Amino acid sequence: MKSMNELLAADSSHKEWVPLMELATREVFEMMLGCKLAAQPEIAVDGSFDITGMVGLAGQMCGVLTVRCTAKSAVLMASKMLGTEPAAGSQDVLDALGEICNMVAGNFKNKVAGMGDGCMLSVPTVITGNDYSLHSLADSGALEVNLLFESMPIAITLQIHS
Amino acid sequence: MNSIRALIIDDSSVMRKIVERSLRQAGIELTQVFEAGNGAEALGVLKENQVDLILCDINMPVMDGLEFIKQLPGVANAKDVPVVMITTEGSETHVVQALSCGARGYIRKPFTPEQVREQVMPVLGGKP
Repeated sequence: MKSMNELLAADSSHKEWVPLMELATREVFEMMLGCKLAAQPEIAVDGSFDITGMVGLAGQMCGVLTVRCTAKSAVLMASKMLGTEPAAGSQDVLDALGEICNMVAGNFKNKVAGMGDGCMLSVPTVITGNDYSLHSLADSGALEVNLLFESMPIAITLQIHS
Repeated sequence: MNSIRALIIDDSSVMRKIVERSLRQAGIELTQVFEAGNGAEALGVLKENQVDLILCDINMPVMDGLEFIKQLPGVANAKDVPVVMITTEGSETHVVQALSCGARGYIRKPFTPEQVREQVMPVLGGKP
């Protein structure tokens, strides 16, 4: 029987995880924000996102999961979570996106067989602005899911280090 | 069931508000809600206040949820208060660990008000 590390090494692209990422994301939005995400016909241009939530994964799966969206989307997400409309850039908006990212990462890893116990999550980090480059130690291609939240694009990306 | 006093422990203020709203949506009447950002803060709240239910995250800075429930028996007016964990850590090992530390219920994030009701009502002596 192969160990989890051997299984990870056997297929470093992990494309089979993309549907799990999408399902994990859809569940978080449906259960915590009360809204369904739609499929996005075109991949959004990176520069259109100006807020990023990040959660690190360590253990049997190492990497970074990010949720990127526009500031307008982030305010709407926070509004749906809180039931009130927070100010753009307020702590509530940053906190809400960080929690969404945390829940997507946690829900995703719990769907990957054997990862629930073997993978830990970091505290979420939120970056505002889009003039930055993310250089993780990931050594396999990023997995990305693009969806529409209330007709606005969001991107969920997982960069994995084998 | 009478209305209750709840303590919600989570390092995210947004999540604390969501948990409170979910309790209300689950049909649980709240007379008073206390909040804490970690286990150490929560112990301080419990020394000054009486509550009927504690909902607690696991991964938090300063003092995590498992350490908090280990220390709970040392707080005179809180040692018998039921604790329900609410966390993204959803593996069986985490559930067993939390229950063996004294938690009475376990809710995985993301969650619905119905799932909150299913876990919370039995520990309050009601039907899920």
